[in-house]
Amino acid sequence: MAESPLPGVDLPCELSLRLLRDMVRIRRFEETCADLYGQGKIRGFLHLYVGEEAVAVGILHALAKDDAIVATYREHGHALVRGMPAEVIMAEMFGKREGCCRGRGGSMHLFDAATRFYGGNAIVGGGLPLAVGLALADQMQSIARVTACFFGDGAVAEGAFHESLNLAALWRLPVLFCCENNLYGMGTAVERAESETNLARKAASYRIASERVDGMDVVAVHRAACAAAASVRAGNGPYFLELLTYRYRSHSMFDPDLYRDKAEIERWKQRGPIHNLSNRLKSQGELTEEQFLAIDAEAAAEVARAVEFADRGTLEPVDELLRDTYTEQAS
Amino acid sequence: MSAAARISYREALREAHRKALAADPRVFLMGEDVGRYGGSYAVSKGLLEEFGPERIRDVPLSELGFVGAGIGAALGGMRPIVEVMTVNFSLLALDQIVNTAATLRHMSGGQFSVPLVIRMATGAGRQLAAQHSHSLEGWYAHIPGIKVLAPATIADAHGMLELALADPDPVVIFEHALLYNMEIERPASWPRVDISSAAVRASGKDITLICYGGTLGKTLEAAGLLAAEGIGAEVIDLRVLRPLDDATICASVRATHRAVVVDEGWKTCSLAAEVMARITEQAFYDLDAPLARVCSAEVPIPYAKHMEEAALPQPAKIVAAAKALLGRS
Repeated sequence: MAESPLPGVDLPCELSLRLLRDMVRIRRFEETCADLYGQGKIRGFLHLYVGEEAVAVGILHALAKDDAIVATYREHGHALVRGMPAEVIMAEMFGKREGCCRGRGGSMHLFDAATRFYGGNAIVGGGLPLAVGLALADQMQSIARVTACFFGDGAVAEGAFHESLNLAALWRLPVLFCCENNLYGMGTAVERAESETNLARKAASYRIASERVDGMDVVAVHRAACAAAASVRAGNGPYFLELLTYRYRSHSMFDPDLYRDKAEIERWKQRGPIHNLSNRLKSQGELTEEQFLAIDAEAAAEVARAVEFADRGTLEPVDELLRDTYTEQAS
Repeated sequence: MSAAARISYREALREAHRKALAADPRVFLMGEDVGRYGGSYAVSKGLLEEFGPERIRDVPLSELGFVGAGIGAALGGMRPIVEVMTVNFSLLALDQIVNTAATLRHMSGGQFSVPLVIRMATGAGRQLAAQHSHSLEGWYAHIPGIKVLAPATIADAHGMLELALADPDPVVIFEHALLYNMEIERPASWPRVDISSAAVRASGKDITLICYGGTLGKTLEAAGLLAAEGIGAEVIDLRVLRPLDDATICASVRATHRAVVVDEGWKTCSLAAEVMARITEQAFYDLDAPLARVCSAEVPIPYAKHMEEAALPQPAKIVAAAKALLGRS
């Protein structure tokens, strides 16, 4: 179970360092993915989480081992922090049999039964009804678990968002809704898509406890997530966090990023979640530059091992093509 | 005969639900007006009192949301039966059925399966016009990852649900709306059914008539009319629309050398088209005549009774198609 930091009190140093380490792991992983895409080793759609690391890290560190996660197509970081080995994630993106889904899913469809990681959903808003159902199953079985559901600001315009929030509130289901508001649904700015751009207010209209959080500050995210998860776990019904964040890179590798002002991107980079926390820790004397470099080197080594593993991986034989369309049943 | 000695299709479904709910605490029924109202087709009438609102769960009008919630609940260890009022409304939930329920097992490399049962009413014949009368079974039968059932008899209505619930993958069950009131004498014991094979509902040596769901009754009626003219028609009830039981279909065609497919879906890209394609792939050299089909007219189903009847497969059209293949007029 996660620590529940008190508001206004700094996180214990050891926890802060863990949050920092996980953000660096995601950053290293994603930057390597971009290179590998350039080399043609990863194909298909690839959506990177660079800039948004504080959201997944702050929230996932607030969850318990048996909680469930439902994520989007921009989910490598979530999978990594949740505890899926970097090796199997990378192998999946290489389309190898050693990948978490035997190469059937790819970047957008990472799944892991062991950590209750329910994907990796590439239909915007598609994960929300699923999360409602997972939470319903827990409620009906009297299991006090949380289902954390990640989705972007774009999903808020989908009918699935409204139907799911209504059901979750109506039945007081244990869902932690995590809206990663990176201000753009692909190329469409949130103010060009939403009549009400304060998305937490939309959730509040369903009588769901809702909060807007600085998604570039991992400590703020973690604090809010601990309180929200505790409330959900205690049976108070769903909770909605709107995490204000920003992706530094384009929507996907195909996106020329013509719709954003370069100055805007630079402004957000100044608030980067990694140096935001590392600078704070350094100023408090809890982190030296040397230690930071060591964290970075460790993350780089982990990713290098993952790439090596994925490179060595094998291709599933084509005669297994139809496997897992249906469950094999003994006749 | 006393009422208790007879049983309707609706009552058979209700008994199947009651049995499943009593046998397994993971089973629950969720859908629009399944509880307090008693079910829009009264299938679940009385179940709320017996099993309570947690397990006979009314939902708001949000097909995408509650069908998706059914998928999630199935992943979370439950065995949900989701009732969608009609196939027409199921289009609002197609994303969750096609993009999630049908894909999850494959996308996850076999880690997650979705043991979900979705039931819905289908078909025309009650003057409900173009938004309540369509027959889209063929759309669902197109999708790998789901199984599609069409119980056309009371025994199938009674027996298929249990098997669908025991199946580890998503199963969609289509109940033709005109069948709910159909009655038979209650059998002393129910026949064993499966969810893998087609059934021969009438034997004959001259021609094979292939149908499913709401067209079984009309096709049997047509077979009776043909018999009166000395033509022996074998009637195949597909029962399982995905995966199709090619062996039973082709065995009959190999014996009769002629076949008419009857399908309440529209002709273009219909399930009938798929059945005909399979016969030509697997039994072409056994055919003595081109294949024929009787489908709905290519028009949204109209309201006016005479027009609706004209749009749908009818026994006379089936008889005419069969006789044409036999060179009889």
